[in-house]
Amino acid sequence: MNDLPAITLLTLLPVVAGMLLLVMRPDGVLARRIAVGTGFLLLLGTLGLWLGFPHGSAGLAFQERHDWAPALGIQYFVAVDGISLMLVLLTGLLIPMSLLTGKVPEDRPVLYYAFVLFLGGGLIGTFTALNFFHWFIFWELSLIPAFFLIKLWGGKGRDAAATQFFIYTMVGSIAMLLAFLALFLATGKFDFLSLAEMGQAGALEGALAGAVGWSGISGSGLAMLVFLGVFLGFAVKVPCMPFHTWLPSTYATAPTPVTMLLTGAMSKMGVYGLVRILLPIFPDQLRAVSPLLLGLALATIVFAAWSAFAQTELKRMFAYSSVNHLGYCLLGVFLVVRLDPGIGDNAVSQAALMNGVVLQMFNHGLTAATLFCLLGMLEQRAGGHESMGDFGGLRTAVPVYAGFVGIATFASLGLPGLNGFVGEFLIFRGAFGLSPWVAVLATPGLLITAIFLLTFFQRVFLGRLDERWQGMADLSTAERWLIAPALLLMLVLGVAPQLVLTTINPAVQHLIAAVTH
Amino acid sequence: MIEKLASLLVLVPVLPLLAAAAIAVTKRPHRQRASTLAIGAMGLSCLIAVSAFLAIAGAPEERLVRNFDWLHIGNTTIQLGWMLDPLSAAMAAMVSFVGLLIFIFSKGYMAHDENYTRFFGFLALFGAAMLGLVIANSLLLLFICWELVGLASYLLIGFWFHKPEAAAAAKKAFITTRVGDMGLLLGMVWLHAATGTLTFYTEGGEGCLQAGALDSLGAAGLTARLIAPATLIALLLFCGAAGKSGQVPLHVWLPDAMEGPTPVSALIHAATMVAAGVFLMARVFPLLEVGAAMHGESHSVVTPALTVITWVGAFTALFAAFIAVAQNDIKRILAYSTVSQLGYMFLGLGAGGVAVGMFHLLTHAFFKALLFLGAGSVIHGCHEEQDIRYMGGVRRWMPVTFATYAVGMMALSGVPLFFSGFWSKDEILHAAHGWPVSHIPFLMGSLGAVLTAFYMTRQVCYVFFGPQRSREGADHGKAAHPHESPRVMTMPLVILATFAVGLGIFGTPAWPWAQSFLEGEHAHLAFGHLFSGEVLAVMGTSLVCVAFGIGAGWWFYGRQPISSAARPDALEERFTPVFVALKNRLYVDELYEATVIRFNALAARFFDVVDRWILGGAVAVIGYLVVGFAWIGRFLEDHGVNAGFDLGCRGIRRGAGAGAALQDGRVHNYLRALGIGFATLLLLMTWGCH
Repeated sequence: MNDLPAITLLTLLPVVAGMLLLVMRPDGVLARRIAVGTGFLLLLGTLGLWLGFPHGSAGLAFQERHDWAPALGIQYFVAVDGISLMLVLLTGLLIPMSLLTGKVPEDRPVLYYAFVLFLGGGLIGTFTALNFFHWFIFWELSLIPAFFLIKLWGGKGRDAAATQFFIYTMVGSIAMLLAFLALFLATGKFDFLSLAEMGQAGALEGALAGAVGWSGISGSGLAMLVFLGVFLGFAVKVPCMPFHTWLPSTYATAPTPVTMLLTGAMSKMGVYGLVRILLPIFPDQLRAVSPLLLGLALATIVFAAWSAFAQTELKRMFAYSSVNHLGYCLLGVFLVVRLDPGIGDNAVSQAALMNGVVLQMFNHGLTAATLFCLLGMLEQRAGGHESMGDFGGLRTAVPVYAGFVGIATFASLGLPGLNGFVGEFLIFRGAFGLSPWVAVLATPGLLITAIFLLTFFQRVFLGRLDERWQGMADLSTAERWLIAPALLLMLVLGVAPQLVLTTINPAVQHLIAAVTH
Repeated sequence: MIEKLASLLVLVPVLPLLAAAAIAVTKRPHRQRASTLAIGAMGLSCLIAVSAFLAIAGAPEERLVRNFDWLHIGNTTIQLGWMLDPLSAAMAAMVSFVGLLIFIFSKGYMAHDENYTRFFGFLALFGAAMLGLVIANSLLLLFICWELVGLASYLLIGFWFHKPEAAAAAKKAFITTRVGDMGLLLGMVWLHAATGTLTFYTEGGEGCLQAGALDSLGAAGLTARLIAPATLIALLLFCGAAGKSGQVPLHVWLPDAMEGPTPVSALIHAATMVAAGVFLMARVFPLLEVGAAMHGESHSVVTPALTVITWVGAFTALFAAFIAVAQNDIKRILAYSTVSQLGYMFLGLGAGGVAVGMFHLLTHAFFKALLFLGAGSVIHGCHEEQDIRYMGGVRRWMPVTFATYAVGMMALSGVPLFFSGFWSKDEILHAAHGWPVSHIPFLMGSLGAVLTAFYMTRQVCYVFFGPQRSREGADHGKAAHPHESPRVMTMPLVILATFAVGLGIFGTPAWPWAQSFLEGEHAHLAFGHLFSGEVLAVMGTSLVCVAFGIGAGWWFYGRQPISSAARPDALEERFTPVFVALKNRLYVDELYEATVIRFNALAARFFDVVDRWILGGAVAVIGYLVVGFAWIGRFLEDHGVNAGFDLGCRGIRRGAGAGAALQDGRVHNYLRALGIGFATLLLLMTWGCH
């Protein structure tokens, strides 16, 4: 078992399948079958990884480590811990779900499916890589298919959206690349774990001052600059206000299955990067600017909720909702480094906070992707209409669909018994213990979320049925089978969150111990 | 035996939950199966709850807890669990029993509804959540159930979702209560941060309501110098309670909630869910008492938190009673009455402790459920008419409904001796009278009692007396006059009426069994208490209030039969401005519309504009700048770099031409060059080798 390069195989599976598609050039239906088959293999593989994972241990599992270019500090180094495993699993769930959503595209279906599979490979690679060199390759590898998926198969305004998406994330990526090159110059290392050790020991400043001292900037200033460069890369991806303006138009114009992956998995690349890379390598820098960053996180939570309330286009509304939900993750990451005594035991608060962050990442991925999938079904039935004002009373015409949307909506607004609640409860618990006022200032976000989600439900599903939609078809059996497992998982995770917390908690505790000394 | 019942108590919420799950997958035509499942599950729950209640009635000092681990976070564990103690047993028995009767009533009331199956599914879900709430031994589990009853309430208020008013009311209810719930959430996380647990009681004494935790809350903490954390936590929890129990300023959702089917109003918005706030305060009462200053002979406990609760309760009791006077919708009158009575419960709880508030909660559940079901029966009989001005004389056609409604009305008004509402309200006034902080709540409560008797008399006069006043031009296509409801609906009315009378026996000052039970003590019979001076004085006051209220009501509305619906209200004729203000619910909704809701909408627009134009604009400007630089670059290239490049190219071409001229293809020229080269090489080699 240990000899099998499980992670490499899992990463290569979608990439190779995508290449095969490009070489074989089958017709659209067959391409879809091959892609979906690959998606399910991927899901099985990630489940296998889950089963084989030593739950309850904090260490890295399924390690593969090979020298690549030793002179440059480059190794091929992949492994998973409890945190990355959750995201690999999420990717494994969302790739097949996204592939099954919607019809075969009429335009270049083979290329479409190949790109989705490449994106999947990029995601798995990003979530498992522990050396900057190939981590960055995967990071970019997921960006490029996403760009083409939006540009070639998107809706109205796709060119502008794709360009905006690309430029925004590219600027972030370049800032991050420069920051890591500076780090490499200073330390000769690309390895995340070694960099984290140096960062936690406070050795980065000295190293940077030695290597880039000619610039005339102090070591701590250099460390801060490098930190900000890395931060920018992740902040754009999550996104953190004010780097979020690419998101609404991108989510709204991308084809539904791609939006599902963008919000479900790619936004997690940002949060994951914050947790896996920024937090362990730069705990001191993060602590130094944490008041400012907390302000940004609170703004992300509250302002995004308000912006969502102002939207009339459904996809844009849920795009802002997505920003709002990830704001809680940002809050958690920025707050966990606090050392000041709070209320009660700080260790408990920090553990609650970070467990909540990881749980929220998974839950949001599941719920948001499901919601966008459902919105896509509505858009398809309504012939492209997607303004709230176009609908009304749909529950009469499509009761099952309305029920499914209702469950996902309530999961999204954090109803206990469904998945969203547990993560948000833990984040609020942790935040309150560490800094009560931050928790207090974040609560309006929860309230406004309820307001816009219920307004959405009221305006689309309740009231009198608009005559135009009298004959709207309810969900087909296939569509029900696509959504029902996701809803079931929401319920299971809401009732028994311990199922995944067993996996998350040790890794999180390990991380907290490292970054708070 | 009691141990076994405590373990079995978990089935009380689980059975309705299973029924709800089963109904969720039941197809619409299987109506009978759905209602049988819901009623059967609730019946079994009721059986277990009543058995547990009887078991603990013999040993009220017992508290049996059952806890289990739910989450492991860091090195701590968050537990959930349930408990059997007098409070949970009394609530579970009441909720399951009243719930059962209302489920049965619904079988008749909803018989013709298209979505009958779904209705029973939602009812069962509500039952499960509410019963889970009352037996919870953890604030977290209580909160989870608390939100789930909110969901059930949302679904049931909006049950007739095709009516825009129903959809709006459902949303309003959920959001208004969520405002309070934000406080509850913060209070909960604070409690956990400060004490490390959310379990109320454990056998080892580590619960958050047990001595160890409470002591630390009273003393330590960030705010120790100003206010004890216990007080702030208690007030945050009270925010949630005020939202759920419709206290001012969060009362606005409850009257609108009457858009739901009437059995829902009876079950959720009168008897059980809205009382959850009072129950929550009773459950965390030890927390409210932290730092109490005992006041001499009176048993009153005074803390800042309890003082706030008392004032809010007293104010709401009076405020809502005033509004109820001027309403014309039969259910809205009862809704404001519920808000007012919930205010009484908080007043009693704040001034007199758990037993006083909770006893009124229990008696109120029965007689208010009775009144709502009676109203439902009337609405059903009057062909869905809800405006009392268009009723009249109903007693002639609906004798059972009338008789039971009269019982409920007298219990609510507090008619002495024979009705439970008298005893429980009397206890509250008694507690308010002895409250050492101020006498004003007592006066407010007494005035509220007058108004309660008055608006109930007004309602009964309008509905049951006088001539029939049906709507002009209303064409029901059925019999013109009302008809009595079927047995399945009247039978629950009779049972509830019996309890509305009978429960009072358990709470008289002479034998305060219910109060002692709720306090975890054994009761003693002491007739002497009944005739002590203070008790008689308060009873006298309350008697005068009721008599005055009913008398005035009769004077205005009963003396002369109300002949036509168009005739203005008797009070409206005399006090027009006041009446109009009350009729418009004192413009609270309009106030919120103009402030909070507008603020929310403006903030939303503002941030949308910021996003689209300012941040989006900045990005666009950067984009244009980049394009601008590109243009400048291109210009420079065209005229600078490219020009130089062209020059270079020309030079190369010229040079190439010269080079090409050398290669003209004439062999003798090549040989000449070869000869010169060879000679030069020879010369170089001979001279250069030295």
